[in-house]
Amino acid sequence: MSTVNVETKLFQNRYLVDAEQPHIRIRVPSLCEKKCADQPCVVCCPAGCYTAEGRKVTLITDGCLECGTCRIVCLERNLDWEYPRGGYGIQYKFG
Amino acid sequence: MIERFDAIVVGAGPAGNAAAYTLAKAGLHVLQIERGEAPGAKNVQGAILYADALERLIPDFRDDAPLERHIIEQRMWVLDDESFIGTHFRSDDFNKPPHNRYTIIRARFDKWFSKKVQEAGALVINETTVTELLRDEAGKVIGVRTDRAGGDLHADVVILADGVNSTLARKAGFRPEIEPKHVALAVKEIHFLPKETLESRFNIHKGEGVVVEMLGKITQGMMGTGFLYTNNDSISIGVGCMLSDLMAQKTTPYELLEKMKAHPSIQPLIQGGEMKEYAAHLIPEGGYNAIPQVFGDGWLIAGDSGMFVNAVHREGSNLAMTTGRLAGETVAALFKAGRPMTAVNLADYRKRLDDSFVMKDLKKYKDLPDIFHANNQFLTTYPELLNRSAYTMLKVDGVDKLSKEREIFASFRDKRSLFGLLGDAFKLWRAFR
Repeated sequence: MSTVNVETKLFQNRYLVDAEQPHIRIRVPSLCEKKCADQPCVVCCPAGCYTAEGRKVTLITDGCLECGTCRIVCLERNLDWEYPRGGYGIQYKFG
Repeated sequence: MIERFDAIVVGAGPAGNAAAYTLAKAGLHVLQIERGEAPGAKNVQGAILYADALERLIPDFRDDAPLERHIIEQRMWVLDDESFIGTHFRSDDFNKPPHNRYTIIRARFDKWFSKKVQEAGALVINETTVTELLRDEAGKVIGVRTDRAGGDLHADVVILADGVNSTLARKAGFRPEIEPKHVALAVKEIHFLPKETLESRFNIHKGEGVVVEMLGKITQGMMGTGFLYTNNDSISIGVGCMLSDLMAQKTTPYELLEKMKAHPSIQPLIQGGEMKEYAAHLIPEGGYNAIPQVFGDGWLIAGDSGMFVNAVHREGSNLAMTTGRLAGETVAALFKAGRPMTAVNLADYRKRLDDSFVMKDLKKYKDLPDIFHANNQFLTTYPELLNRSAYTMLKVDGVDKLSKEREIFASFRDKRSLFGLLGDAFKLWRAFR
């Protein structure tokens, strides 16, 4: 889909990844597959955290920039969206 | 023992810092809670600092604040795919101190601001996420719950300065979820260059800076703008679009940024730079009509969490500082008078907001977001027409000037019709007047 590799961009960033507790979770994965036609999270997430294989949406939060886009574009309200635990997640050097 | 404060401020961005600073200076026992490893670690901005809002808090901020460059030149570009047409305004008046606008790097600036807050006497704790508001049986906010063990903290009033997403205000039902048409997603990069290269490239001396604001085809027909700011030894470059447009057009934000960086008028400005960070942030652009209830029993909202952004004039952090200061002043005045932090008493905050430039400006432009949403010709057709016209007029090719003028007029009429042109002029006049 996208020709730009966002991972090379994210590689410049500093993260403290909370391996135990991903801060965003897809509530009912089958809902993304069956109900959501456009899957805007896959398109709009600026960190490419959401990928679609066929109709199945996979979320990996490691590169998350904590912007909130996915939660707002998820019109099915199918995300549990929290900030990471204190001290974890993106730590901007410049911001 | 339950730890008790006069006031708790959630968030250490411009709004939270302004509020905490004001409260601490007024002698209140203040706790400020930040989830990043240090203030600024979670914050993203272009970033331009308007001196006025900060000056009202810290008049001598220029002595030690980490400022990058003061702005002496503003470029406004309207772009199509090959070209830009625009205006540049540069004046030596902008070199006269005290300077009016600066570029800043938020991670550095926020850390400095937080130091001032702590010097004023507030207690600041980092690496702590507030998970919910504590409320009594009557619904009054009486403190916050954090993700630390035994992390309940109590206060007479809580100021929510927790940013555009404000999970706290949403969970408490103070604010609905943001609509995609009321928020822009901006992505940006910072590119480092030797200072000398940067200064010769932008035709500036030490300490002087240039800003370039851009609109047109860089947003591919979506409502949004691009920017390029000169820092001391780096360039901040980014682009933002309304989330509803990104959804509808199925455009990925970083692709938009890559295309913009490759534009023939932009690429030479950032050439050779070393990209050291990629950031994304939401900007609440719903304007006046999207502002939620901003006070209640035991709580106030300031900054982005209250949707206080003037999208037309690219002002946000100064509104954050001003609303944070006004929230702080409201609470400090009640505290001093020994009055309780009830909704009735805290309503004074709304009055202070209405009397300030914040609400006056937001009210002035309240219809503008809708006008641009419904009329994307302003961001697609016109940029192209203007650029093509300039090209037609300036290319010397044996065609006489009157014929060229006729060709240009015909191109406008073909695209928009005479009534369309008049209508567009009226819409713009109505929106900006």
